[in-house]
Amino acid sequence: MSAAADRPAAGRTAGAPLRLTGIRKTFGELVALDGVDLEVPRGTTTVLLGPSGSGKSTLLRCINLLETPDAGRIDLGDGPVDLGGILPRRTVRQVRSRSTMVFQQFNLFPHLTALGNVALAPVHARGLSRSAADELARGLLAKVGLAEKADAYPDRLSGGQQQRVAIARALAMDPDFLLFDEPTSALDPELAAEVVAVLADLAAEDRTLVVVTHSLAFARRVADRVVFLEDGRIVQDGSPQDFFESEDPRLRRFRDVVGSV
Amino acid sequence: MPELLDLWISSLPRLLGATIRTTVPLSLISFAIALVIAVITALLRLYGPAPLKAVAWLYVWVFRGTPLVVQLFIVFFGLPNVGIVFSSFTAAVVTLALNTGAYASEAVRASLLSIPRGQFEAAQTLNLSRATTLRRVVAPQAFRIVLPPLTNDFIDLVKGTSLVFAITITDVFQVGRQIAAANYEPLIMYTLVALIYLVIVSLLSILQGVLERKVSVHVRSS
Ligand SMILES: Nc1ncnc2c1ncn2[C@@H]1O[C@H](COP(=O)(O)OP(=O)(O)OP(=O)(O)O)[C@@H](O)[C@H]1O
Ligand SMILES: [Mg+2]
Repeated sequence: MSAAADRPAAGRTAGAPLRLTGIRKTFGELVALDGVDLEVPRGTTTVLLGPSGSGKSTLLRCINLLETPDAGRIDLGDGPVDLGGILPRRTVRQVRSRSTMVFQQFNLFPHLTALGNVALAPVHARGLSRSAADELARGLLAKVGLAEKADAYPDRLSGGQQQRVAIARALAMDPDFLLFDEPTSALDPELAAEVVAVLADLAAEDRTLVVVTHSLAFARRVADRVVFLEDGRIVQDGSPQDFFESEDPRLRRFRDVVGSV
Repeated sequence: MPELLDLWISSLPRLLGATIRTTVPLSLISFAIALVIAVITALLRLYGPAPLKAVAWLYVWVFRGTPLVVQLFIVFFGLPNVGIVFSSFTAAVVTLALNTGAYASEAVRASLLSIPRGQFEAAQTLNLSRATTLRRVVAPQAFRIVLPPLTNDFIDLVKGTSLVFAITITDVFQVGRQIAAANYEPLIMYTLVALIYLVIVSLLSILQGVLERKVSVHVRSS
């Protein structure tokens, strides 16, 4: 919790929302995103739900430009950026610097210690000194409950620990928007619980989270807002209560199927 | 038996002299240059603009597709016809480096391709530049994978240096030939020459083992 203290919650809640407009993404014939509009206010936790293949990951990846949309705009508070066509590298870096992704498979760097994983980008992408980056990294590892694992390599960590290192690594970028793509899907239930606890802490700190998940329990517990996608379109966008009480047959079917596993 | 020992002892200094003065430096210099060529070629083939990609591909195609000894002859005996004259040692270095570089570039390319996509995506989301990604994320992991095939290429290069006698260089094999021609003991002389290569190659294998243990401690093979 210590790192939260160096920036008041109000500072996190303040700031412009993330605005996506008309995001379209195709893979050959397949339309993965069909004109998505989404606004993510600061300090909120948005959960993206939807059937497999509905475009949740693709949408999240478009925010971080891991996927380049065919068309659409993103506005991170300093004016809309047109994402269609070839983007200059500078624009990509600019947009990317505002959000950081945490992956389902963690994607830690196996040749670096936990500390090395977290401190790498602060030095090489943010220009911090080695010692400042190490200090930052130690603080963030402590925050995710892994202070004593700083010198451990990923292959010596459990899946849950690896994902917490990955979260610390993302936090080290100090992004305005934290993106999570099924952060607990590769984990056993007990290990998933440690990760969910970290996510709940971040949400309580009024950080801005966008989380793709298949867990209705997570949506119920942590989300301020639930966005439901189907076939590359947003079908429902509202409070968790709206989502769980909606009589829309598509949502009912989804709740029945996902809730039963 | 005493004669055999005498022969070995009397010819060993000359053979070792040629090994240390010619075979070893030729191998080391050629391999160092081959490594640089291999990395550049592999990067161009993977990430270069289309024309350079084509050039890199053409280079590998030509140098892998033709015999080393023919390449040596072209560079040393052929190129002077178009005004490019190398000393025999330089011609050997140029040819061996280009030849090994072509093979090694394939090993380097394969090692780069074996890095999981998730590693590049993690680097991207952390906003690392391309150069930093290669240097800090890809290279350390690729090195571990490329080490065994690269050692093979190095070993092939060391043995390949035995062909340079054909362009008038006095390497360990050439000295062996000279001694055998004088004392009529080809079996003994060439066996001794073979043993010297075997020792060099064994040292390389040991070096490979040491490096492998150093770099693979924390990287699972999965
Ligand atoms: N790189 C790609 N190449 C081709 N098709 C892709 C690619 N990435 C995604 N798709 C397709 O786009 C559609 C949306 O995929 P996406 O991964 O966003 O779905 P998702 O909602 O995250 O699904 P899941 O819940 O299974 O993770 C799917 O039909 C998928 O097959
Ligand atoms: Mg997905």
